[in-house]
Amino acid sequence: MLSGESKFMSRAANIGILSFAALVVLIWTEGLAAKDPDVTSQAIVSSVWGMKRWSPYVAGMGIGILSWFTFLLSDNTLGASGSYATTAGMIERILRGSKVKQKTYYREHPPEIGWGWMLLVGIVVGAFISAKLSGDFHMEIVPSFWESIVGESVLLRVLVAFLGGLLLGIGSRWADGCTSGHGISGTLQLVVSSWLAVICFFVGGVGTALIIF
Amino acid sequence: MAQLILGLVMGICFGFLLQRGGVTQHEVIMGQLLLRDWTVLKVMLSAVVTGMVGIYALRIPGLVRLHKKSGSFGSTVIGGLIFGVGFALLGYCPGTLAGAVGQGSMDALFGGALGMLAGTAIYAALYDRLEKKVLHIGEFGQMTLPQLLNVKPWSVIGVLNALVLLFLFILEYAGL
Repeated sequence: MLSGESKFMSRAANIGILSFAALVVLIWTEGLAAKDPDVTSQAIVSSVWGMKRWSPYVAGMGIGILSWFTFLLSDNTLGASGSYATTAGMIERILRGSKVKQKTYYREHPPEIGWGWMLLVGIVVGAFISAKLSGDFHMEIVPSFWESIVGESVLLRVLVAFLGGLLLGIGSRWADGCTSGHGISGTLQLVVSSWLAVICFFVGGVGTALIIF
Repeated sequence: MAQLILGLVMGICFGFLLQRGGVTQHEVIMGQLLLRDWTVLKVMLSAVVTGMVGIYALRIPGLVRLHKKSGSFGSTVIGGLIFGVGFALLGYCPGTLAGAVGQGSMDALFGGALGMLAGTAIYAALYDRLEKKVLHIGEFGQMTLPQLLNVKPWSVIGVLNALVLLFLFILEYAGL
């Protein structure tokens, strides 16, 4: 007869092992590289580090494991949107001096370099390293999907991207998180606000995309 | 100082995985929002399944504590929907936007990132008024799904992971 505690431990272990096993099966059936044909042909000739794309399940499991370390080593969560506000606050401080600190938002979220801000800088660097290693790095201003639907105007793309970024900035702070902070870090902690937020992100996003594109 | 370096290193890993997973590509995100390419949800959901099991396991011996965000309809739903509109117009989200800058997507830098800075500054300016009038409407706080459903966390994890993994297998079976 198992005691209450060891029964609990074995249930937790079973759920964990079964979840990982299912993910491994997904990776195994799909392959380590993503299944897009022009990607796999490139992948054959180079090592894992040179593959243009990894299976989304490999990338996802990697991000999940990374989140363990953010909790364990830094007592913090993966998230991005707050650090844009930090940067905006730092710029405002340069332009308008220390009275910026009187704003309630910046009193509650001081515009100073911290763990989350370094994380955001790291994302840029990490994506650069990944793209350079696989040869995926290229300067581009009008993405191909945009060009095929809207056209090749640089000005229009940058203006709409700015407007989108503006709404993304307002919305992410309004909801207190983004697709990382709520969508990954919050949902994995089973937080209700995060599950509700990520549903609203995709309802708004899918709705808008289907109307416009 | 050590934490700043750790933050940078973890960010580098995060950015690397986002780029290599394909989710810093504008067309991949638009494909998801148009429900044609499910890469974004595959990455997110496998991260959530993996992270959830690990974090709740590390919590048993007390090695980690949760960082729950409190929510309300005024904040989470309204903010979330505004976010969604921006998400579709831009074709990146805040994290993948930074990754897109790193891979050379200049629309992400000159359009999206500048827009994000302007948007967060506008929000900071509106914060007092929103705080008074909107953000606390229908407040439900730092509730978790186990609290909401009044069941044990591992029961939620078991059922949720089963549903998410079933969904992912269906996606693969359907060839999406």
